[in-house]
Amino acid sequence: MAANENSQPEATISLEVFRYCPEQEDEPRFQTYEVPYREDWVVLDALNYIKDKIDGSLTYRWSCRMGVCGSCGMMVNGEPKLTCAAFLRDYHPALIRVEPLSYFPVIRDLVINMEGFLDKLTEVKAWLVPKEEKPVSEGEYLQTPAELAKYKDFSMCINCMLCYSACPVFGHHEEFLGPAVIALAQRYNLDSRDGGADERAEAIFSHEGIWECTFVGDCSRVCPKNVDPAGAIQQAKVTATKDFYRSVLVPWGK
Amino acid sequence: MSDQETKTKEYRRPMPADWWLKKRTYSLFMVRELTCVFVGGYSLILLILASRIGDQESVTAMLNSKTLSVLQLIALPMVIYHTVTWLNLTPKVLVLWRGEERVNPLLIAAVHYVAWIGVSIVILCVVFAYG
Repeated sequence: MAANENSQPEATISLEVFRYCPEQEDEPRFQTYEVPYREDWVVLDALNYIKDKIDGSLTYRWSCRMGVCGSCGMMVNGEPKLTCAAFLRDYHPALIRVEPLSYFPVIRDLVINMEGFLDKLTEVKAWLVPKEEKPVSEGEYLQTPAELAKYKDFSMCINCMLCYSACPVFGHHEEFLGPAVIALAQRYNLDSRDGGADERAEAIFSHEGIWECTFVGDCSRVCPKNVDPAGAIQQAKVTATKDFYRSVLVPWGK
Repeated sequence: MSDQETKTKEYRRPMPADWWLKKRTYSLFMVRELTCVFVGGYSLILLILASRIGDQESVTAMLNSKTLSVLQLIALPMVIYHTVTWLNLTPKVLVLWRGEERVNPLLIAAVHYVAWIGVSIVILCVVFAYG
């Protein structure tokens, strides 16, 4: 690929990237890299170019590069984004600032500690607890399209945690269960095949759960899969309130 | 080698005191929350006025008070902003299903707006009829 004598200099774009190398420094710093500008490149492509051709020490997570795995979430110019879905052309020619997801502890460079999130998923039992146990020989659990529609949006969560980086409540209280975990709990609570709502109630209807949410709503705005976790939390608040009044007014009933 | 021995020191970024100025959505959220103060303040004025019914003099004094008028003029846009932001969120709370489809969220919000305006008109008619 010989360069044409009269060709224009190749267009570039600069990325200002958060670096944290704990064995070398106590404090993080920013490092600026100049990468080729391609119309069809996303921030992830730029990061891969940096790691490949400029600085192999840059550390970050990524996988599918098509917006379904939830691995490549980072702050791009202060907004939580999947870097595989953030196009360079939307920022060019301005500088792009890349930082690790907000409100999480940083392990190295752009990699955050997500153990807390994973623990919370276990805490709310984010899996199907069948209402009635059936042996495989009896066939599938049947569900109508209308029953599916009730929780379908919440099942689209890819655990990318962009919503946590948008949530100022989580930013102040890391024990808050958070948008994704509550949306996933609701995904199962609203599933007609599930009978685990009571088991989940203690975790969700708590001060680290739905009642910590002040409905800022930014979580739903940044969600790349239109899960609407804010909606899930408010629906859970309505359910919890109804259950409370029912238990007070009709204590003998279910 | 155990995890504890090889674990490097994590960096925790501090949460700035002016966090709500960093993002437009955060600032709008804080404005919405602060309007509650004006809602509360106006409710207080109304309650005091209501408690003085029968005492014609003090009611007239309150209604003619320039200070209270100015306070209420400041409170009015705050209360309207408060109302509009919360009415717009009602579809997130009131989720109704018709088969596989959700009842249109705009319809849910619209019904609340109509109710708000309807009740306001009734109250205004009552106030002007007896005022």
